[in-house]
Amino acid sequence: MSYQMLVVLSFVLFVIGMIGVAMRRNLIIVLVSLELMLNAVNILFISASRYLHTLDGQIFVIMVITIAAAETAIALALVVKVFKMAGMVKIDDLKKLKW
Amino acid sequence: MELNIVRYILVFPLLGFLVNGFAGPRLGNKTVGLIAGGAVLLSLSLSVYVFFRLIALPADARLITDTVYTWIHSGSLTIDFKLMVDPLTSVMLLVVTGVGFLIHVYSIGYMHGDRSYPRFFAYLNLFMFAMLLLVLSSNIILMFVGWEGVGLCSYLLIGFWYEKDSAANAGKKAFITNRVGDYGFLLGVFLLASAFASKGILTLDFTTMAAHISLISPKILTVAGILLFVGATGKSAQLPLYVWLPDAMEGPTPVSALIHAATMVTAGVYMIARMNFLYVLAPTALEVVAVVGGLTALYAATIGLVQNDIKRVLAYSTISQLGYMFVGVGVGAFSAGIFHLMTHAFFKALLFLGAGSVIHALSGEQDMRKMGGLKNKIPVTHAVFLAAALAISGIPGLSGFFSKDSILSAAYASGHTFIWLLGFITALLTAFYIFRLIYMTFYGESRVEKHAAEHVHESPKVMTIPLIVLAVLSVFGGYIGVPQLLGSLIGWHHSDIFVNYLAPVFHTAPALPEMAVPTESLLMIGSIAMAILGVFAAWYVYLKSKMKTAQSAAGALPGVYRLLLNKYYVDEIYNAVIIRPMMLFSEVFLWKFFDVKIVDGAVNGSASLTQRASNRIRKIQTGDFQVYVMLFLIGVITVLAYFVLR
Amino acid sequence: MGFQENLLSIVIFLPLAGVLIGTLIGKNNTSAIKWFTLIVSVAEFAVSLFLVKRFDPSVAGMQMTEKYSWIPVYNISYQLGIDGLSLILILLTTFLTPLVLLGSWNYIKNREKEYYLWFLVLEAGMIGVFASLDLILFYVFWEAMLIPMYIIIGVWGGPRRIYAAVKFFIYTMFGSLLMLVAIIYLYFAYGSQTGIYTFNLLKLYNLSLPMSTQIWLFAAFALSFAIKVPIFPFHTWLPDAHVEAPTGGSVILAGVLLKMGTYGYMRLAMPLFPLAANAFLPYIAVLAIIGIIYGALVAMMQPDIKKLVAYSSVSHLGFVILGLMALNMQSVDGAVLQMVNHGLSTGALFMLVGMIYERRHTRELSEFGGIAKTMPVFATFFMIVTLSSIGLPGLNGFVGEFLILIGSFLAHPIYAILAGTGVILGAVYMLRTYQKVFWGKITNKKNEDLKDLSGREIVVMLPILVMIVWIGVYPKPFLDMIRNASKSYIQYVKPQTASVPASFGPALPQMPERSK
Repeated sequence: MSYQMLVVLSFVLFVIGMIGVAMRRNLIIVLVSLELMLNAVNILFISASRYLHTLDGQIFVIMVITIAAAETAIALALVVKVFKMAGMVKIDDLKKLKW
Repeated sequence: MELNIVRYILVFPLLGFLVNGFAGPRLGNKTVGLIAGGAVLLSLSLSVYVFFRLIALPADARLITDTVYTWIHSGSLTIDFKLMVDPLTSVMLLVVTGVGFLIHVYSIGYMHGDRSYPRFFAYLNLFMFAMLLLVLSSNIILMFVGWEGVGLCSYLLIGFWYEKDSAANAGKKAFITNRVGDYGFLLGVFLLASAFASKGILTLDFTTMAAHISLISPKILTVAGILLFVGATGKSAQLPLYVWLPDAMEGPTPVSALIHAATMVTAGVYMIARMNFLYVLAPTALEVVAVVGGLTALYAATIGLVQNDIKRVLAYSTISQLGYMFVGVGVGAFSAGIFHLMTHAFFKALLFLGAGSVIHALSGEQDMRKMGGLKNKIPVTHAVFLAAALAISGIPGLSGFFSKDSILSAAYASGHTFIWLLGFITALLTAFYIFRLIYMTFYGESRVEKHAAEHVHESPKVMTIPLIVLAVLSVFGGYIGVPQLLGSLIGWHHSDIFVNYLAPVFHTAPALPEMAVPTESLLMIGSIAMAILGVFAAWYVYLKSKMKTAQSAAGALPGVYRLLLNKYYVDEIYNAVIIRPMMLFSEVFLWKFFDVKIVDGAVNGSASLTQRASNRIRKIQTGDFQVYVMLFLIGVITVLAYFVLR
Repeated sequence: MGFQENLLSIVIFLPLAGVLIGTLIGKNNTSAIKWFTLIVSVAEFAVSLFLVKRFDPSVAGMQMTEKYSWIPVYNISYQLGIDGLSLILILLTTFLTPLVLLGSWNYIKNREKEYYLWFLVLEAGMIGVFASLDLILFYVFWEAMLIPMYIIIGVWGGPRRIYAAVKFFIYTMFGSLLMLVAIIYLYFAYGSQTGIYTFNLLKLYNLSLPMSTQIWLFAAFALSFAIKVPIFPFHTWLPDAHVEAPTGGSVILAGVLLKMGTYGYMRLAMPLFPLAANAFLPYIAVLAIIGIIYGALVAMMQPDIKKLVAYSSVSHLGFVILGLMALNMQSVDGAVLQMVNHGLSTGALFMLVGMIYERRHTRELSEFGGIAKTMPVFATFFMIVTLSSIGLPGLNGFVGEFLILIGSFLAHPIYAILAGTGVILGAVYMLRTYQKVFWGKITNKKNEDLKDLSGREIVVMLPILVMIVWIGVYPKPFLDMIRNASKSYIQYVKPQTASVPASFGPALPQMPERSK
């Protein structure tokens, strides 16, 4: 596969993720979409790393994966908490985030 | 000559004030009176001592100074707390401490039984301190300290019976009217200071100023002289700032005698005499002084004609007599002005104290329509009152005659015929109103109200003895200033002692032109005639015709009568033209409109504008997480598009 | 480190140390807190007297300087030093604070511990402002001092305290932020000119910027200080703050906080930007004069005594600003002295008003009348303070006002002529107030059995009265103290070449002392 194709793949994945975050109602799906976006970036990093023959991109990817794991753990914990409080995880009905 | 004892003239009254002010109520009234009177007596003795030290010096070197400390020192401006005694000061010292002492003694009797006896004497001592500081100070700013200090005491003593609203108002009025004058005075001082500063000598010291006064342009001197005189019109109750003095009669009578007749109100005359070196170089300013003095003399005398309150008559009389003094200094006859200041201090203090004795006898009655026939009931008071009345009327042989005559002849000699005429007419009115007072009070039928009539009694000795002393002074005080003409006529070889004594102080003043003997005699006979005419007219109107003439005269000219009775409505005019509009403007426009609506409105307006704008913008915060994401994306895309498509 | 070398730091941090120890005292042990804070503040005053002892009035420039590196990256240092101006204001602060604490004794009835401790914090902040020579340090103290005042008004104030506190805070903050921007600009401007980046005030004095830049920087500083003084028309927060603040807050607000504005003009705004200062000078002087007359006229009609005194402050501080603008020894000496005088007499007025408020729980003039009969001591004190406030010769107010007026007359006669009317109006509103409160018959039953001042209240007032008389009768020590500060202020600000642009008024006359 050529590098261009990898960039396109990464872009498509990113946009899918983005739409997921912006459009889907279920918090779990939103989180999954977020992961998708992170991984789209990861693909871009890896391909850039190959293309430039440096390791920087791969270091970043490992970094991102680590943080994503932590983030997902916390996010899921919050979702569980929200579910326990609100009894559902639909984003439309969670509009407390205003003053 | 430096003499460090001079400062103690000030120290004693100050100590008296402090002791009576702080510990008075605990000391008992007797001790309080003793301390207050004793303090002034000590000052009086010291003043006499200093006087003798002074005349022991050669005539042209009569100056005693006492530098206490440096008061203000800023940049090139240094103001010392420095006292000085020259012949002019010594006259004032003796008058102030002498009359002051007599009035202190009198007050011991008069204020007997007052609830705030110690407070009264504390104020009185403070007044003595301030007045003595005024006359002793060697620079104009220190003089201003005394100047405002006496104003303060006047305020406190007018408002002494503060529970009476009229007294409280009168006190405030006195202070504020004086402040208006003092504003002019201060500007005059500043103008002088800046004029001297521009010549490289920033000084406010009398002697230094006198030495360098010729450096200053006459124009500045004229303006400064007039400004200083504005201060004098306030303090000495001249047109147009005289309005406070009649109201000041709300104070206890000894206060009226001491402050509002004998000493404080003459401060303006003293100031002009003290600044004579300036005024002789500013003839226009002197002209203003003389004209204002002459007009005030006549003006106040006309009001005095119809007043019914015994103290008010005397108050207007004081204003009128002060006018004479200003005529004296205004025509350049400084010694004559000071001479009249001195004799006036004697007879006017006596008149007031006598009036106090009358009021005392009648249990507080001040309305002359409720007096009459008191001659035999209070004989001593009557006798001394008569002496003072004769003196003020200018009956030959008594003190007032000499001093008034020397002013009038000086006015005529210096070519101020119009001002002389004012004074000449005033002499008639003076004799008339003062004898109107005498006849209404002491002669004719008794109109005293019944309950008061039962208690009529002569005052105790502590009050009558000062009266008698003052009467002696009023009668004989003039003989130190017998004019040469009369002196040679009656074989008195000590003529013009007073003028000669003061001459070194006024050495820069040009000598008045000599008058031909016939003219001078004619003038003198004229004013004697006026005095006698006035006395006779008063006798006819108020005694012979039992006031019917007065009533018919008032009936014939109701407009004039009412105008005079209401003092030309000046208070009302001031109120309507200055005071009310200023208060209205301040409250309605400045405060409630401008400050609250405009200035604060702008401040609070900008705050509420911010708040309203924020209220609009915060609507974007829907709380919907996905809307935020969308907005975020739109933002990112916009920025990207901008950079890509640029 | 030692008592002598770090005297200034000790003066600043002694109250803060007191606060730290004070927090250990139990919340309900109120008398222990009162006594403890009082002792700390008295000790503080005693220590500040050592400053006087070490201060040499004949030395020009800063004394007792201390300098420690604080944030070396930006060359920000903890740098202190005082001259006569700072010293006299520090003394005013340490003098008033114990009196305020003692004066609040029975008046504050809730959260006493916090109240007294906040006052100590406030004291430290105020002294810090007067002593710092590093602009960032100055700014930190300047802002830090806002907080205790905000809390004092907001917690222990009157019914509209929140409104007043917020207005006070935001208004002042608004000005301060502009000043911060200007400070940072100065830092870079100096750095780019000399290669040395510093916030050291003494170095920044030597910076010469073009007129166009100076105007903006000066405007930022001047606006910030104008709000603090307050100069007309930035004064409207003052009546609100005063009316709502508790007595102690009002005293410190009027006594010391307002002086920071005038201090700022004298220490920073004018000498840092002399070109702009000279250009703006006539306008500020005119605003000062408007303030003098306007404040007096509005004060004259106020029915609430505290509001009246607040407006009279606008009038009095107009005199101070006018003195600073006239730029000669007399006027500047007078202005500095008048800062102290105003602190004493207006501080005393607020205390007295507080004393009557505690008895009657009202400040409406119409509620009073004839009180001189029931409270003679109180009436006497009030009279003396009134006289001091209207500038009666022999008391402190006169010396300041006289010097300001004669100085401004020497500079521009018209200024003194206009400002002088304030002297008349001052007498009008103060005597009118006095009459309404103390004279006349007692018409209101509630005034019939008022208790006269207690021993504690007399102890609070006496030191101020002594100072009022002292400065009036023998102002020399104070004038000696501030002489060099005034001199250097004039040297910094006065145009070295006598040519001032014609559009900014006539050239200032040359005073004799300059030829020395």
